[in-house]
Amino acid sequence: MKRGNGFFIAGLALTGLLAALILLGFFWTPYDPNAMAAGPKFDGPSLAHWMGTDNFGRDIFSRVLKGAGTTASIALATLAIGAVCGCLAGALTGYFGGPVDELLMRLNDALTAFPSILLALVVISILEPGKKRNVILALGLVFIPSFARVSRTAFASLREVNYIKSARLMGASSPRILAVHMLPNTAPVLLPALTIGFNNAVLAEASMSFLGIGVTPPDASLGYMLSEAQGMLFAAPWYAAGTGLVIVWMVFGVGLIGEGLRRRDREVL
Amino acid sequence: MKRKLWEILLLLGLLCAVLCGCKDGSAAKTPEDESGSNEPAAQPSEARANEITVGIAQDLDESLDPHKAVAAGTKEVMFNVFEGLMKPTPDGDLIPAVAEKYEISDDQLTYTFTIREGVTFHNGAPVTAEDVGESLARCKNADEPGVLGVEAFSNIQHMETADSRSISITLGEPDSEFLSYLTTAILPAGYDGQDTAPVGTGPFKFVSRAAQDSIVLERFDGYWGEPAYLDKVTFKIIENADSILMSLQSGAVDLFAHLTSTQVAQLGNEFNIEEGTMNLVQAMYLNNAVAPFDDVRVRQALCYAIDRQQILDLAFDGYGSLIGSSMYPAFGKYFDDSLTNYYPYDVEKAKALLADAGYPDGFSMTITVPSNYQPHLDTAQVIVEQLKQVGIAAEILPVTWESWLNDTYIGRQFQTTVVGVDASTMTARALLERFTSTAGNNFINYNNAEYDAFFQEAITAADDAAQTAAYKQAEANLTENAANVYIQDLADLVAIRKGLTGVRFYPIYVLDLSGIRYAA
Repeated sequence: MKRGNGFFIAGLALTGLLAALILLGFFWTPYDPNAMAAGPKFDGPSLAHWMGTDNFGRDIFSRVLKGAGTTASIALATLAIGAVCGCLAGALTGYFGGPVDELLMRLNDALTAFPSILLALVVISILEPGKKRNVILALGLVFIPSFARVSRTAFASLREVNYIKSARLMGASSPRILAVHMLPNTAPVLLPALTIGFNNAVLAEASMSFLGIGVTPPDASLGYMLSEAQGMLFAAPWYAAGTGLVIVWMVFGVGLIGEGLRRRDREVL
Repeated sequence: MKRKLWEILLLLGLLCAVLCGCKDGSAAKTPEDESGSNEPAAQPSEARANEITVGIAQDLDESLDPHKAVAAGTKEVMFNVFEGLMKPTPDGDLIPAVAEKYEISDDQLTYTFTIREGVTFHNGAPVTAEDVGESLARCKNADEPGVLGVEAFSNIQHMETADSRSISITLGEPDSEFLSYLTTAILPAGYDGQDTAPVGTGPFKFVSRAAQDSIVLERFDGYWGEPAYLDKVTFKIIENADSILMSLQSGAVDLFAHLTSTQVAQLGNEFNIEEGTMNLVQAMYLNNAVAPFDDVRVRQALCYAIDRQQILDLAFDGYGSLIGSSMYPAFGKYFDDSLTNYYPYDVEKAKALLADAGYPDGFSMTITVPSNYQPHLDTAQVIVEQLKQVGIAAEILPVTWESWLNDTYIGRQFQTTVVGVDASTMTARALLERFTSTAGNNFINYNNAEYDAFFQEAITAADDAAQTAAYKQAEANLTENAANVYIQDLADLVAIRKGLTGVRFYPIYVLDLSGIRYAA
């Protein structure tokens, strides 16, 4: 119990601090994140510009705040699509089995067969690139299979458990059994999956924008900023370092929470 | 286990400290480091061989046959190996090369070329009229697999070789631009190894090629003209943009063309930067047929609202030459510099014009940008910020090159777009004809009767002075009506190692190495 909490608390502290910064970024940034010539070009980190400035003289700290917000919100929305659709599919197939199970799971296999980034690329190019909404849709789709698989296993393992059988005998409807009796008991499996999913979504958004198909300039996202920073690694090493650190921070914090949850539940079980 | 967690946290803290240290330190140290560590590396090269390594960003076409070359990058390199009857100069003129002189008959239909005495191919054989005839016929017929036909040669009715040193070409119709197509490479007749071991008449001869790696050229000592200075040139293919800087800084490469200003800024002081121009008209092209851009006041407001100098400063480190109409400075006599500052940056005037046009609070618009061109994307980013000052909310719409061609250029489905337009041939007509109301490539839907009249006057003008004057009036018409927001002709930046000189810029896309030499 103790050690699990240690990870959990550390993760919560890191993520909480970052979340507070991101929240702050929605309302206030030291400079307008898109304002050019806010300072000299390629200015190193200083008191005026905590993370220095980029090739347009834009304040990198302000852009990182804004960009982290963009990245986190895309990741959360992606996660929401992936988790809701995935869980629904997992619950139906895991609980009922039969032909529905066969059909949905084969469909799932088909989706998994594509490398995820490639699949997202295809979806985006069909939908029209450069729109945040489409990035979310594409990534969300890519995230469905993994959640479906995880939740299917969880629901299937609960199907033959005594209290579910009892509920069924008492005449509880299937939706009620799924939502009230089973869903809460899949939490030990689903919650860590959610945290891992969030991290994957952050990295996926970053790679999409890095490849130039995520957000549109001049808007900032961590991945897009990293791709910009790549071209000026020598002139402005702080750009890549600052942006990269925030990505690490975000992923590491949520990762710790997930690890904490996993350990706690392992001890409980 | 609790200890383990602390260890991890401690490690993370250390990592942060190290990274932060790196950040601060490297900023201050970079310039010193470079000069310090590179000084000794430069010393041994004093006893250097008379050769250089040139970096190029892409491999050449599979075939090195000049009549089959597709990529601009191939023509750029092989310009040093091949010549035609005529040859372009850095000023944009054409001078006789393989030919010594030519005569044009009074009816403009017969061209008689005398082949220069002493011109030999790299294999030692002298150039004869037969070689010339066969080379031109090859491009005219284009029936060999891979050979690209030259459209203008379909006009050739008849070729006749009077003796081994003279050839006359008879055209079906007069063509004032015919000479400019005679830069087509002259190859030895009956030689079939051009694909892998090209033989031409240029100042350099081909030595070897390693696919995806390098191409080696050596000076051709039997060259008819001024010989090249260097003994040997190795073209090294460096496709990865990140490796370009490293290869220059490590000393592996001495010369690299078409760099970005960001790359140039990171180069350090071992290189001289030569600045030429890309020879294109970069502008925010406006669809003159859709609201609100169909209102001349809105277009003029955009011109006043955009600070072009700031675009150069922010996105191009100050490189580039401002333009004011669809003409760039390399065109010399056709370029009218007085139009360049026709619309000085003036936010108040822009706001007044917008209010006048019925948009006191501005409007929203999209800027379509082909996203594979970073310079245009950077320019658009600056424009978005500048337009905020007058209340216009602009949004960038990045598209692929294919979709830009299909939807924006051919389909004309756009509001505004930032791109560069170049001239297919070295004539003012190539740049200006597209704005006549009936031109098929008039993608901005410019429709101005006065402009059409000026253009008509220019192409039918009897003498050169009248033609130039008419073209200039047409240019002024574009500027006054704010057909587009003209920005600049982009800079072509060439990094050349200190101690080397002789970079020559052409109005076409070539890299002439014959003038490059080590300073005495």
